Order: sequence, then C-alpha cells, then structure tokens
Amino acid sequence: MTEPLVSPLQRPTSLTDLFVSFTLLALQGFGGVLAVVQRELVEKKRWMTREEFVEEWAVAQIMPGPNVVNLSLMIGARYFGFKGAMAALAGMLVAPLIIVLLLALMYAQFADQPGVQGALRGMAAVAAGLIAATGLKLFGALQKNVLRLKLCIALGALCFIAIALLRWPLTYVLLGLGCVACSVAYKKLPP
Amino acid sequence: MTEPLQLALNLQLTVQDWLSLFLHYVSLSLLAIGGAITTAPDMHRFLVDQQHWLTDAQFNASIAIAQAAPGPNVLFVALLGWNVGLNAGGMLMGLMGISITMLGILTPSTTLTYLAAQWGHRNRELRAVRAFKQGMAPIVVALLIATGWVLTTANGSDMKNWPLWLLTGLTALMVWRTKIHLLWLLGAGALLGWFGLV
Repeated sequence: MTEPLVSPLQRPTSLTDLFVSFTLLALQGFGGVLAVVQRELVEKKRWMTREEFVEEWAVAQIMPGPNVVNLSLMIGARYFGFKGAMAALAGMLVAPLIIVLLLALMYAQFADQPGVQGALRGMAAVAAGLIAATGLKLFGALQKNVLRLKLCIALGALCFIAIALLRWPLTYVLLGLGCVACSVAYKKLPP
Repeated sequence: MTEPLQLALNLQLTVQDWLSLFLHYVSLSLLAIGGAITTAPDMHRFLVDQQHWLTDAQFNASIAIAQAAPGPNVLFVALLGWNVGLNAGGMLMGLMGISITMLGILTPSTTLTYLAAQWGHRNRELRAVRAFKQGMAPIVVALLIATGWVLTTANGSDMKNWPLWLLTGLTALMVWRTKIHLLWLLGAGALLGWFGLV
C-alpha cells in the first residue's frame, strides 16, 4: 500500500493532550467521527498503527453502545488507564454537546430554509464517502492478517452484501460472520 | 393526531417518571450493538407513543440536528432528554433531562467496554483474543464500506439521486487517495447542497 512505514509511533503527552485532541477530533466530525479519528490518530499523530486501529475498532464495534464513544474510551485507557478513558470520553462529548444544544435552540428559525436542507443533504453525502474511504484505507491493514487476503476479501464481500444490499440486522451479521471468521482464525493461529 | 403542528408539551414529571426515563435508557444501552441509533425506534415507542413526553416533531428534529452537528451521533439522546426536560418546565429541567438520558445510555455500555478492553489487553497473548481480533478485522472493515453505501442510499435508490451518489463516490476516492483535509470536503458538500446542485 501507499503508507510510508518506519516513522516511529508517538503517544499523547498528558491527559490534557488527550482531552484537547479528542475535542478537536469530535468537532471536525460532521456526520460521524470515525473518519477523522482514523485520519488524525493513525496518519497524522501516529499514536497507533493501522493494524492496531482495526483491532481497537473491532472491539468498539462489537461492544454495545456508541462505537466512536467506545473507541475513544479504549484509546484513552490504552495510554493513561481509567483517567485517560474519562479524559478522551469527555473530550469526545462535552464541546459537541454544547454545540448541539446551541443548534437546537437556533433550529426553529432556520429549519424551513431550502438552502439549509440542501446543505445538510450535501454534507451527508460527503460524510458517507468519508466512512467508505476509511474502510478502503483500512483494507490495507488486512495484508498481515492470519486469514490471508483472499479469505478476508470473501468475508468482507459477504458482510457488504448482507448489510448494504440485503439490509440484514447488524447483530446477526456480526455474530454469524464473526463466529465463522474467528473460528478459522483460531485454527490458523499457533497455540 | 389532533394537533400536528404542536411543538411542545406541558408536563408534570414526578421522581418516578425521571427514574423510569433513566431505567429505559439503561436497558437500551446494552442492546445498542452497532451504535445508539439502532435503538432509536424503541426510544420513539417509549417517549412519543407510550409516555407522550415528546411530540413526533421534537423527536425527528432531535435526530436531524444531532446528525448535522459535529461529534458522535449519540448526542441525539441528549437532545431527546433536553426536549423532555423543556416540556417539563424549562432549561434547568432540560439539563436534568440531558444528564439522565446520557448517563443512562452511556454508563452500562462504557463500563462493559472498559472492562472488556482491559481484560483483552491483559490477555492479548491468548490465542482466543488474537483469533477474535484477526477474525473480526475483515468484517468490521467491510462494514465501514457497507455503512457508506447505506448512508448514501438513505434518500432512496431512485436514479434522480445520482448527483448525491457521485459526490459520495468522489469523496471516498479523494479521501482514500489524497491527504486533502476532510473539512474542505464537507464544506464543498454543504455548498453544492445549498445551491441545489446535489
């Protein structure tokens, strides 16, 4: 893939650094924060590798609750334990909460403007592209996967068909495909 | 509905009501696999249909505003709590509503995630833990691409939406292949939409 390797991994310097970083991430995340988290933490700040990011995301996704909130909690905990988890969580929620409240107070005045509705529609289309691109980029992380690239592509394709085309419920798809994939991985891994 | 344009309600909420609001969100928290938005239908059933604490318009606006705002989408839960509070007597009650709904939806899931992540980290050399991470990787990566697809076809798969799909596709390509700042793309999307081009 295109990623230049070698440059060493960094880490957040303090709880404040964690809080501020996650606040900035959250404030850039219109229509979903995940794309921003991947871009900033993996590509710019280099707090984690692509592979580590996929691993954390897998856990955040399978656990109940908001995925990005879970992810920030886990990344915070990775560096500073419980305090780090709380700092990252607060960063992800506090400033956006204030903004969303302000928006709610203004909403009544602007909701019926056609321009506003159009702008929201355009931003939503871009946000959809951001999420898909995050998936395309993380695909590179599968090259070192124990399942080998061919099986990864097959499992990924099944997941895409089930969710995007057949619109099956996420829980069943994650459980069903997940059980198959994890069992195969278990067999292939050395004990 | 008797009054379709009714924007707010006038409620008297007792301590038991607040408690049942809290417990409803606690119970939804652990069911929200795949994000809090997957439990929105049940929130609608409880808040609008059963308790009559929110109007339909308030419910829908809460979700729309949270989607348009920066930050995690779970904030729609805070807005629902805010509106319940407003209906029950003003901004202080609104803040109370936010605290109750957000603590309810987040405490169980974040506690579980935190414990699971700590356990996974301590046992990361375990064969089962490694198998879980390796096995889930291709699925969650594909899930992201699928989510992009689902979101871009959310307005229906009518061919007249092709400019929106093109915008999504071009965005994905540019983010994948270039280092352009994501906010430029969002801004461009907003402008294209504002002028009715997509």
